[in-house]
Parts: sequence; structure tokens; C-alpha cells
Amino acid sequence: MTDVPAAPPRALQGWSIGWGDVGPFLALGALVLIGFLINPDFLSANNVANVVTRSAFIAIIAIGATFVISSGGLDLSVGSMAAFITGVMILFMNWAVPSFGTAAIPLGMAVALVTGIACGLLNGTIVTMGRIEPFIVTLGTMGIFRALITYMTDGGTVAIDRSLREAYRPVYFGNVLGVPIPILVSLAVALVAAYVLYRTRFGRRCIAVGANEDVARYSGISVTRVRTMAFVIQGACVAIAAICYVPRLGAATPTTGLLWELQVITAVVIGGTALRGGRGRIWGTVIGAVILEFIANLMVLSDFVSEYLVAAVQGVIIIIAMLIQRMSKR
Amino acid sequence: MTVALAPSQRTDAVAAPVLRAERLAKAFGGVTVLSDVSLDIWPGEIHAVIGENGAGKSTLMRLLSGYLHPTEGGLLIDGAPIAFHAPKDAEAAGIALVHQEILLAEALTVTENIFIGREITGRFGSLDERAMREAAAAELAEIGCKVSPRARVGDISLANRQLVQIAKALHGTHRVVIFDEPTAVLTHDEVDPLFDIILELKQRGVAILYISHRLDEVERLADRVTVLRDGRKVGTYDAAGLTPQRMASLMVGREFSSLYPPRLERDLAEPALEIEHASVPGFVHDVSFTLKKGEILGLAGMIGAGRTELFEGLLGLRPASFAAVRLHGRPVHFGSPAQAMAAGFGYLTEDRKGKGLLLGERLAPNLTLAALVRVHPVTGLDLGREAQLLGEAVETYDIRLHSRDVRAGQLSGGNQQKLLLAKVMLNDPSVIVIDEPTRGIDIANKSQIYAFIQSLVREGRSCIVISSEMQELIGLCDRILVMRSGRINGELSGDAMTESNVALHATSSVASKETPGGNAHD
Repeated sequence: MTDVPAAPPRALQGWSIGWGDVGPFLALGALVLIGFLINPDFLSANNVANVVTRSAFIAIIAIGATFVISSGGLDLSVGSMAAFITGVMILFMNWAVPSFGTAAIPLGMAVALVTGIACGLLNGTIVTMGRIEPFIVTLGTMGIFRALITYMTDGGTVAIDRSLREAYRPVYFGNVLGVPIPILVSLAVALVAAYVLYRTRFGRRCIAVGANEDVARYSGISVTRVRTMAFVIQGACVAIAAICYVPRLGAATPTTGLLWELQVITAVVIGGTALRGGRGRIWGTVIGAVILEFIANLMVLSDFVSEYLVAAVQGVIIIIAMLIQRMSKR
Repeated sequence: MTVALAPSQRTDAVAAPVLRAERLAKAFGGVTVLSDVSLDIWPGEIHAVIGENGAGKSTLMRLLSGYLHPTEGGLLIDGAPIAFHAPKDAEAAGIALVHQEILLAEALTVTENIFIGREITGRFGSLDERAMREAAAAELAEIGCKVSPRARVGDISLANRQLVQIAKALHGTHRVVIFDEPTAVLTHDEVDPLFDIILELKQRGVAILYISHRLDEVERLADRVTVLRDGRKVGTYDAAGLTPQRMASLMVGREFSSLYPPRLERDLAEPALEIEHASVPGFVHDVSFTLKKGEILGLAGMIGAGRTELFEGLLGLRPASFAAVRLHGRPVHFGSPAQAMAAGFGYLTEDRKGKGLLLGERLAPNLTLAALVRVHPVTGLDLGREAQLLGEAVETYDIRLHSRDVRAGQLSGGNQQKLLLAKVMLNDPSVIVIDEPTRGIDIANKSQIYAFIQSLVREGRSCIVISSEMQELIGLCDRILVMRSGRINGELSGDAMTESNVALHATSSVASKETPGGNAHD
């Protein structure tokens, strides 16, 4: 008996690599080419370093989101969470600096990380234990975190203590062998994340839970644990991004991280991760974040489109990315 | 060897077949899945199409009903050539397809499902609910379906859903009705009403194309039988002279002796799994039984008898209570499937597509999903080891595939089932529950799976087989427990294992004497 599938699903005819896998890289290539043609400065080492550095926050948060989304969840609270963590971290450091001096910085980082993990755990626990749609839960916590940062800053700004500013500066503005530190951090996060997602039990389970919860459950996987863990990873990633972000502005305000969740989800989706879960692409996510920042940059450098329309262009991109995913599936 | 009836033999009244396929061929990409298949269907005949998975049955059907376009060849209706661009065209020509899978929206009502996409509208485009409900009621009455047109599909039984699906397919005029394995989702009892509908349609002069794996059904229903093998037509035969045995041989292309492995003669004494007073609220009421080491124990009963729910309860997937559960004499309590697996208990779900396999994933991740520990040394997943395990599984379970890179969803039903079996066996369970081991898979694979099950018990494992196919339980099992409405309603062994006995215990509350082990409560 030959085993010809009676009606092979169309997706399988011919294509072994889907657009979802190479698409982001091709898109980035095309974008860089267009950018270069429009303005050769676009490819100057300085500009590229700048753009990629700026994309690092979104990239790091989006790496976390790749876990949440590929496990079938969604986290809308990341932007507010980033602001909240930034606020907590700055307040803690300012409080700690009289007694600990510059040691307040690593302590603050630890506090940020713990806060991020706690926020992720909160999201994950409500989603899994409360059996509530992640969309709704994180919509709620999004409001909560945003209100908390507004409350903490009293509607204004909480700036980092002057004495810490110089010491903390290198985390954003420094470099190692010419490579800006935020880029190194996001690369490190991506490497670890790729390992976790592709090469560990947890990664496999994450994908399985996102692809089909029942199959996962019948395979002896604790769906609750896996999904909660994905939110915790998300929280940790937000904290890491916040740690890198603090020196850039030196302050937390009620508008910090505003609408980041949209950029994050856009980066994840154009990176090839399935929004319905079951497929995660860490490197695609990183490329997605870089693409978003390149587009914003290109719009600033060229005069074709007002930079006020950046968000509109990014909105168009997420829709196109979804369409491509849809078509490559048929 | 083709014994196609000459038209003259049956065309006193009708001059041309209502539907004729001429030299149909279909290729996907470079792969030819159907070639040179000709077929004619006459009004008032039941024409069965049989063949193994991959023989081209589904493709042929999709070609006939407009879901696919032939690469070569064509269709004639009443002798006139016709081409279908979409299923709609086939419907307009009076060809209805009753899908194998139930394709209904569970959240909608029966009426809404029947009229989906062809709603009756009143003035200003508003829906004419009443007209639709009345039409739906009439259509349901016509096929003897008693559900309310207002009922939500999610709330009605599987058998009724199928009737609704038939009503939906028959909607409007129909000259040819194609049934794609209509009994695959039904239990034994639900089959008869369906057959009545089919025979009724035949009486009315409708041409029926009947696709099935169950050869006894084909024998019972069909006037003529067309056998497909490897995408080609073996022949069309008069059903009168065709035994199931002969059909199987034609399908497989070799003589077929027996579907079931010869029985093992052995002493079964030691208990492997003891369940005392199991209750799953709403499904199972006070069930106790013992599975012996090395035994194949059958669990018969109708859908809804609580067989699957019993084991879902045991696995901690549903709320359940047990006075005691002992695995090889040791008391156990499983809070989750993971604990059950760790204790050496394996459960192979009846729903391989919904609960068994990740259809969009490759085979290796599917194989190892329940046993990741085996490919996960400290440093992370060992993909080489995983590939090796897949190689072994492909070998051991004879999983047929074009490439290791295919997705699980691309495998045929039989190969998916073998992959699922391999997945469960990767945890090396000592007690395995196999729920509907051969649902929707072809004869050759069935026979292989029966042989696997027997080899499991020969290795000293113990096995419970849950099945709605009585023949399979009778052919395979040492003993059969029959469940009815959440209770064990009979225990059969030896010569008492007959279809009529199983059916009797599955449907009526016999306080019979042949049930020493069962607790006949009612």
C-alpha cells in the first residue's frame, strides 16, 4: 500500500520553507535596500547602530511575548508593566542611594527583575487559575499598572537620582568593542530564549499548549504551569527591557511605554509567530522589532511621509504580515 | 474481471446513468492520487466505493462533488458533459455530499445550520426565521430525525448531528447523494436508522454513492461495488456475489485470511489493574473490575455509556472518585495524566486529531511529547536521539511516510494511529488503555494494529480496548465488559462473546446470569 494522502493539505505542495520563516529576513533586506536608495546615510554605521539600539527594548519585550503568544496567550499589559517597573526601580534606587551609594543600581536591577516576574506571575495566575481570556486579564492589568505608575509619579515625573545618573549611563550609552550594550543584551536574551524555546522541554510544551491544549493535557503536560511560566518569562523580559531603558530617559512618567504592547505584538507577528499559538519564532521576533524601528527611522530620514504617521505605517504592516501568514497557510 | 452491469440490464426505465465519471485523474503537484477511474451511477442504485486509505476514495468523491477539479477526464450528468467549478455547482446539478466529519456550527441551532449560506429572507433582507424553521422541521421529519429545529447543535447527540448534516446535504433537489463513511461516527445502534434513510432514498430513485470501510455494511446495502486500489480502479462488481472477505482481498490486492491474530492460549491470574467502585459524576456509577496481567479486556457499549469518561476520570482529567485503584497490587491515585504515565499507565485517546496529535507539527515532536524526559538530558533536547527514536518507531509500527519531515496531519488515519500508539508506548506503560483503536482506519492498518495489541500483551503488558465495533472486541479480546448508562451491564467471555450478546447488554438492562464480575445494579 502506498501512502498517498487522499487529499494533501494545500500548504504542503512544494513549499518546505514557509514565508513565515524567511519572510521577515527578506522584508528586512528589502527595507534596508529601499532605505539605502532613498538616503545613503541610512546605512551609515552610526545610524544602523542607533536604530538597532532603539529597537532593543521592543525586541526584548517581544521575545517574552513570543513565549506568551506561541503558548496561546496574549499580554496587552507589557507597556504599562514596563512603566510600572521603571517607576518601582527608580523609586527604590532613589531610596537606596543614601545608604548604598552606586550599589543601589544592581540592587535596583534586582528589584526590577523581581517586580517583573511578580507582574508576569500575577497575569499568568489570573489567566490560568481564573480561567479568564488572557486578552481580558491583561487588559485589566494594563489599566492597573498604568494607574499605578501615574499614582507613583503623582501624574508627573520621577527622575533617577542625580548621583546615579552618570554611573548608570553606560547601560544604555556604553558599548563593548563598538557594539552598544542594549544590542548585546537583546542578543543575549534572544540566544537564551531561542535555546529555551527550541531546545528544552519547556519550549516544546509551550508550543504544544499553544497548538492544542487538549493534546498537551493528554500528553501529561501541565497546561497551567506552562502558560503561567510563559507569562513569567514575559514579565522578566519586560524587566530586562526596563533596566536598559531607565538610563535613556532617566525618569519614569505616566506615558512611559505607552502603546508598546502594539509594537511588541506587531514585532512578534511579523516575525512569523502564529498569533493563535503553536508556532514561535524568536529570531523572527527580533527581526520584526528591528524592521519596525527601521521603518520609523526611514520615515524620519526621508521626506515622503510625515513621521507623525509612523504608527499608521506600523499598523499597515501588522495587517500585511497577518495576510501573508494567512496566505502562506493556504 | 470487471463485472460492470451492461446498461441494458438495468435500463428499462432509464436510458443513461445519472452521473458518469470518465477516466478521471487527479494529481497534486507531481503526485498522482487518482488515475483513469471511470464509474457510472444509476438512479435507484446504491453504489459502494471501497478501498484502503490512500486508495483515492476521498479524492474521487471530492471530484464528483465539485470540491476538486480533475486533472484529466470529466463528468457527465444524464449523458451530457458537465464541469463543476465549486461544490455549489454540483449541488445545483443535484449532487449532495454528506461529509464524513460532522461539519456543523455547535453554537448555532439546527435550523441555522441547515440554512447556513442560503437563508430565507423576507422583505428588506430580514431573515424569515419561521419559514426556515418550518422547512427545517419538514426536512428533519423526512429523514426521521426527531430533534427540534430550535435545538442548539452543541446540545444534541452525535447521531442526531449526523442526521442534521444529512438534512442539510439533502436540502433542495437531489439526484445523487454521496455518503462518505457515514457510520464512522455512529455506534452500532445508530446505524440502522441511517440505513433506513439510505434505503428510503434509493426507493425514491435517488442514486447513492456509499463510501465505507465497513465491509459488512457494504455487503448489506450495496447493489454494486467499485473497488479502488492505489488510485486506480480494480473493478466494479455486482454486490450479490461478493463476500466481505473477497472485498478485502480485492482492496488489499492479496488474499486475506483473517483480520485478527490467532488467540493466545495462556493463564491469566495476576491482577494488573484493579478498579473498585469508580464513579464519575454524570457518566459512571459505581464501576468495579479487574484487568489481569497479560489480558486484553474489551470494553463495549454505546457512545455515552461512560467508557471514555471512566478513564478520563482515572487520569484526573475529570472529577471522579474511586474506592481503590491498584496497579500491579499497589494502590495508586493519579492526579494528572503525567502521574499516570509515571506509574506505567498509558491511555490512547479515541480522538487522535483533537487530543492525540499536534496535526501541524512534525512527527518527532509528536512522538516524544509525552516522554520528553527520554530526549532531554541536562543540556537540553537531544534532537539526534529524537530522530533516532522516530526512526525506531517508524520501523516498529510500520508507519508509512514519504518523508520524515511531513506534518502529523498529513499522515493517513492509520499511520496517525500508529504514531499515536508509538507515542504512548514511548513511556513504556505496563497497562495500556486503547480507546477506539481503529476508528476510521483501513483494513490493512487495522490488522496491523490488532497484531500490535497482541504483541503488547505477549510482552507481559496488559491492555484494555474500548471499542464501538463489536467484531473487533470479539476478535481480539479475552473478555468483554459491556457498559450501559455508566454501569457495567455484563461480562462476556469465551463463546458468550457474540455480537447479539454484546448488543443485548449494551442496550437493555438484563439482570443476566452471565455477569458474575459485573455489578448488575438495574
